[in-house]
Amino acid sequence: MTALAHEHRPPAPLRLRAHWTDHAARAAIAAVVLLLVVFLALPLGAILRQALEGSDGRFVGLANFIDYARTPALLQSVFNSLMVSAAVTAITVPLAFGFAYALTRSCMPLKSLFRGIALVPLLAPSLLSAISLIYWFGNQGLAKDLLQRFGIDQIYGAPGIILAECLATFPHTLMILVSALTLADARLYEAADAMGTTAARKFFTITLPGAKYGLISAALVTFTLVITDFGIPKVIGGNFNVLATDVFKLVIGQQDFARGAVVAIVLLLPAVLTFAVDHIVQRRQTAMLTARAVPYAPRPARGFDAAMTAYCTVIALLMLAMLGMAVFASLATFWPYNLAPSLKHYVYGLVDNEVATGFFNSLEMAAGTALIGTALVFFGAYLQEKTRGMETLRSTLRLLAILPMAVPGLVLGLGYIFFFNAPTNPLNGLYHTLALMTLCTIVHFYTTGHLTAVTALKSLDAEFEAVSASLKVPFFKTFWRVTLPICTPALVDIARYFFINAMTTISAVVFLYSPETRLASIAILNMDEAGELSPAAAMAVLIAAASAVATVLFMLLGRFVDRRTQAWRGTAR
Amino acid sequence: MTHELSLELRGIHKAFGSFVALRHIDLGVRKGEFMCFLGPSGCGKTTLLRVIAGLEVQTGGEIRQNGRDISRLPPAQRDYGIVFQSYALFPNLSVADNVAYGLVNRKMPRAQIAARVAELVKLVGLPGSEKKYPAQLSGGQQQRIALARALATSPGLLLLDEPLSALDALERVRLRQEIRALQQKLGVTTIMVTHDQEEALSVADRIVVMNDGRIEQIGTPLEVYREPASPFVADFVGKVNVLPGRVHGDRLTVGTLAMHANGAGAAGAGGSGSTNGADRDVRVYLRPEDVLARPIAEGDPHVFDAAIEKIEFLGSHCHVRVSTPAFAPHGLTVYLSLNYLAEHSLQVGSPLRLRLLEERVRVF
Repeated sequence: MTALAHEHRPPAPLRLRAHWTDHAARAAIAAVVLLLVVFLALPLGAILRQALEGSDGRFVGLANFIDYARTPALLQSVFNSLMVSAAVTAITVPLAFGFAYALTRSCMPLKSLFRGIALVPLLAPSLLSAISLIYWFGNQGLAKDLLQRFGIDQIYGAPGIILAECLATFPHTLMILVSALTLADARLYEAADAMGTTAARKFFTITLPGAKYGLISAALVTFTLVITDFGIPKVIGGNFNVLATDVFKLVIGQQDFARGAVVAIVLLLPAVLTFAVDHIVQRRQTAMLTARAVPYAPRPARGFDAAMTAYCTVIALLMLAMLGMAVFASLATFWPYNLAPSLKHYVYGLVDNEVATGFFNSLEMAAGTALIGTALVFFGAYLQEKTRGMETLRSTLRLLAILPMAVPGLVLGLGYIFFFNAPTNPLNGLYHTLALMTLCTIVHFYTTGHLTAVTALKSLDAEFEAVSASLKVPFFKTFWRVTLPICTPALVDIARYFFINAMTTISAVVFLYSPETRLASIAILNMDEAGELSPAAAMAVLIAAASAVATVLFMLLGRFVDRRTQAWRGTAR
Repeated sequence: MTHELSLELRGIHKAFGSFVALRHIDLGVRKGEFMCFLGPSGCGKTTLLRVIAGLEVQTGGEIRQNGRDISRLPPAQRDYGIVFQSYALFPNLSVADNVAYGLVNRKMPRAQIAARVAELVKLVGLPGSEKKYPAQLSGGQQQRIALARALATSPGLLLLDEPLSALDALERVRLRQEIRALQQKLGVTTIMVTHDQEEALSVADRIVVMNDGRIEQIGTPLEVYREPASPFVADFVGKVNVLPGRVHGDRLTVGTLAMHANGAGAAGAGGSGSTNGADRDVRVYLRPEDVLARPIAEGDPHVFDAAIEKIEFLGSHCHVRVSTPAFAPHGLTVYLSLNYLAEHSLQVGSPLRLRLLEERVRVF
């Protein structure tokens, strides 16, 4: 009442006097933002600039886009890309849904084995499946007749791309659907049972609506993965052009940077759309499951479980046939005439072609990515979540950390060429170095690591920093004694994710290597181009083996770390 | 009355964008006092505590602690210990390490730290728990350790942000008495934020009732309960009947009953109103326990007949909803003991006579 009369607005908002630790935190957050600006925002800006400039460097507005739209061959690629991506999405999502349903809603035996086999394609570059398909159905393929009996003339082109992409995207789609189907509230099913609902009705009124957002998300992610994938169409596409191969041909083959930039921006559209929709969908999905939900536990049902086991066996056999063929072919002395096993392609094919170094480059880059990437991602996430002040910088960081999810590797790599290859750029010296490729890979896979770190940090009590300040303990001491030890399992997860992806990535780094810094995954492409399919298969198998070993090592590390730092978890009352 | 102030707030104002969370807060906290900030959620009580802690920055105003201006000091340079509703114990550190967290940083010798930790753990009633992890303790035990950690560095001010809200009812009552006893033993100036009026009434030396970013009343628990300064306070603290009334000169009429307006505590908001002769519509606040069923003297002008409509059983006492021609169409809730109801075989529909305590009536 009378207080209103006293109400006054001070002229300027007050600020607390900064403690020196506040300055340290601010400098650190500024450094992370600067890093992401230089290695993400500026390269993307360079693409836009390139797309809007003529060959003489003058601003030409949308002229490049109009020119592009008038080129029939390029427009054909747009159609091809859309068609292939739609087909793969239509095939993979239902197949993966069935598999995910078996994993989450049945009492099928050997679940973790089935799950492990389905995730195998993640360990190798996506083009491993393309190479295997060539050995199965290519001109000298073992089962070529089978293909022709289905009325498909040859595997090269759309059929090969679609089949290979189905195998390569399956684990990604599966993981999304498994997590969607895991989020089920048992009480809904109990209520339905109490009302005597049939199984089919329960499926259509509870299960499917519950997994709706997961399905949307899975479809979008699958579509984007396919439309932006470069390795598979390159290996098995033949004369069937898609957007991703166009970018490569335009930029590397014809040095037509302007058109390459235009195609890159076209490629960016579905990815950005996916990202935006996924973002909204994720938010709804989490809101759906309340804290009081009772987790669903499947009950044994003989017929259903047997059917699910049969289905998963078929899919798992297909996966194994794909991986097995690559292993088998890489060991065959002289395909298809002498199938006796030998290490010829590993020894002569790789070492003598001087591509063996690529394998060590890959290992070096993967180790660098895992180490530096994990440190950077976690530190960035910590500063974003747990320090105070600097709101503008903080929201910039938040945006930059999420952005890589919406940028296909191909587009990022292109941006790096435009930006770092420019003679006027003081960072030009980085071009072609393993260091730049490492940074590019870190940025490429930044978002997933960032989200993992943020989730781990958000699970900590929000008041740790406030308590520390009240006890006059600087924030970095609490970071070291409390935050970091609690989050080590998440750190191991992030490092493993970075390592495996760095081993298998092609799309971004394919623009950045030099003969000295060639990676194993790129060597596969080169050997395939040179017609050396057997050594290419050998290299792909080597990568898969290295990734598998790394996964096991990371698992052991995780267990060791758990024992060292998570003792407090196991001691609940 | 000269009380030495431990903490002094002058004109504290806080806005989040266009939302004003605190409006011109003036407040003095005396040395050794246990003060409660009480109010509904969103009233600004937690924001005020966080401003005092330096975890939020006020938009305007001044904070002094022991005469020193701390308005712009970062949390680390202020002198307080804090306990949060979520305990905020470091889960990967043992109880001893948690309690010693602030001591280690002061470069105290190891043996001295261990002795201090043992002393504090004993003080909060959990001796021998030093080697346990927080997850091995119950909620109440964890909050006791959080309290020990906050007290370890002997701060001049203890801030408690809804420390009992996460605990079950029995533990809540037990711990609040322990906190009060500990506070009196150590003599540490304490501010506790709570939305639970019973909690505030039972432990505080003084209560600050807040609403919508403003202070409604500052007073002892009894003052706040018996002499609420505003309708909001009367409503928020305790249960109350609200009836329409009319003041004419120094006479107050409520329904068919008439009483002396001054004696009826008209000093509330309309105290000055009694000097002008015109009739004035007022709202009359009456607590359930201020309507008595006995003793009733014949000829008492404040006695009226009523009938029981509903009985809400609360344990030893009941809230009894009655209808009465005296206040029709308004009903009244009164507070009667279970024994009384049994003695007179009262049940729904039973008639009874009630007497209103004139001196307890509040008028706004």
